[in-house]
Amino acid sequence: MTKHHITPVWFFVGLLLAIYGILILVSGLAEWSATSKTVLGEYHAPVWWGGLMAVIGIIYIVAFRPRRG
Amino acid sequence: MIAMAMTQKVISLSPVDMAIIAIYFLAVLGIGFYLKRFAKSGEDFFMAGREMTAWVAGLSFLSANLGSLELLGWAGSSYQYGILAAHWYWIGAIPAMVFLGLVMMPFYYISRTHSVPGYLNLRYGRATSGLSAISFAVMTILMSGVNMYAMAVVMKVVLGWNIHFSIWVSSLTVGIYVASGGLFSAIFNEVVQFFLIWFGALLIPILGLIETGGWSGMVARIQANFPGKDFTHAWSTLGDFTNNPMGMHWTGIVFGLGSVISMGYWTTDFLVVQRVLAAKDIRSAKIAPIIGAFFKMAVPFIVILPGLLGLAVLSERLVPESAMQAGQHSYNEVLPLMLARYCGPGLLGLGVTALVAGFMAGMAGNVSAFATVWTYDIYRPFLRKTDAHYVSMGRWCTMIGLIISIATAYLAMGFASIMDYVQALFSFFIAPLFGTVLLGMLWKRVTSAAGFCGLLAGTLTSTLMFFAMRADPKWVAVFALSPHAQGLAQAMYQALWSCLVCILVTVLVSYFTKPRPDSELKGLVMGVTDLPKEGALPLLQRPLLWGAVAIAALLVLQWIFW
Repeated sequence: MTKHHITPVWFFVGLLLAIYGILILVSGLAEWSATSKTVLGEYHAPVWWGGLMAVIGIIYIVAFRPRRG
Repeated sequence: MIAMAMTQKVISLSPVDMAIIAIYFLAVLGIGFYLKRFAKSGEDFFMAGREMTAWVAGLSFLSANLGSLELLGWAGSSYQYGILAAHWYWIGAIPAMVFLGLVMMPFYYISRTHSVPGYLNLRYGRATSGLSAISFAVMTILMSGVNMYAMAVVMKVVLGWNIHFSIWVSSLTVGIYVASGGLFSAIFNEVVQFFLIWFGALLIPILGLIETGGWSGMVARIQANFPGKDFTHAWSTLGDFTNNPMGMHWTGIVFGLGSVISMGYWTTDFLVVQRVLAAKDIRSAKIAPIIGAFFKMAVPFIVILPGLLGLAVLSERLVPESAMQAGQHSYNEVLPLMLARYCGPGLLGLGVTALVAGFMAGMAGNVSAFATVWTYDIYRPFLRKTDAHYVSMGRWCTMIGLIISIATAYLAMGFASIMDYVQALFSFFIAPLFGTVLLGMLWKRVTSAAGFCGLLAGTLTSTLMFFAMRADPKWVAVFALSPHAQGLAQAMYQALWSCLVCILVTVLVSYFTKPRPDSELKGLVMGVTDLPKEGALPLLQRPLLWGAVAIAALLVLQWIFW
């Protein structure tokens, strides 16, 4: 991709993962004390899975951000 | 085949789920518009500038195949047949992907062809290329439409979405971003889709195994729920057709699926091969399918395992589509049911987005492959124009191909059985095409006339066997070696025999016709092509090493799940 100086696809992956991760994390925190309707809801999967996605997304954004020049 | 009975929708979406889905649509359109400025030339629009790295080419190669209908369908198949369904991800894919990378990609890449029909034109001439190009173009667009309708029905059943909304909104989104950025857009979104599929689906097996207490706990629950049936052994039940729920024998798996159908699909289906042709150099082109192979091997964890977990934990019994009554759920709904079981607001939206993304990436793959084959292999041979004209043609036929797909989707709505026939038609060409391409690459004695005759003979053989087995079941025992062979087993043997017929006819006709001189075959055939040696590369960069590691990992998996 160097010929066209296109922003690496990994940057877009990171952006989407970060946005989704934050949304899911916040949604999970908001539902923390509510009675879960899903099996194994007591594990609060949205919190740790959303957090994981957000962390990976931010790493990708930083590592593959468009550089000047 | 597709759920027509009324049933309660499986998943209810919250506002955060809807936001996640909406963001995905905006993201793919945004990526498409961003990439439009880079898709100026034909090489850019149709081949993504041939600049993709091994990882990007490899992940998009896998993603183009990993459509959501496949995800849903194979999860349903694993509920129905158990771990036997994993063969389509293991022996039915890995050897072929490694073979493509190590043996066939050098010829595809060195010939600088833009498509599989393009290679056939260089090797055999216009007749063989034309037969392949027209059949591929027609089948791809028909398959795209049939899949579009099937997906829309799934969305209706699972989410309660209006069928027309699903068809039009998803299709037009795909059309806009592919017409804008060409193969760049298709590949970028396939890589994004790859990550969404994994993050959307991976929680199901993780939470499922927690609930069952691990693999052995899951197996114990399955045995308690279905006494006397074996769903968790991949090979030990294949010694007899009647010993397993698929009605399959190991010869069908090894020689039909592993040797012919998988080879035919992974090495000649232009939809997947196009992604590897876009690689930036020959080493990347060789290793990209091998990178894909490692991830393909892991896909059963998110597709097959949920089906097995469904057997263990779901209180209701799922039924075939054809036997569904009101209030029941079909095999194909096992993945959405497991998604609804474990995933609350947010995660549910992510899972649904993964399914929608899978569908849209599959559509994008179909229309971008169609645009390339139509423009380069059918249109350009007859009309010589400027490069800019072909790019414009590519954009237009992306949208036209899309409209034809939508029309086919509505046709499928009226004739459910059309899906079976379109899928069967597609399979008629794949197995013989593998024989034609493989012989062309490995044996310089094959003549142009022989290539055409072999491909035609193999295709006609496959077609005749299919209709014969449908018309009179006695032919099932003849062609599929057992009267107990089910649909999948019949397809395996159909592929095997048609490929053998293709090879036999090609060899025979070659000996009676004149071969081309070596000078015309340079870059196309083994023996007259300078293939780059791997010895100059550092050990860890050699495709041969990683291909060997992939095969070793495959063998370990077979031993573990024997």
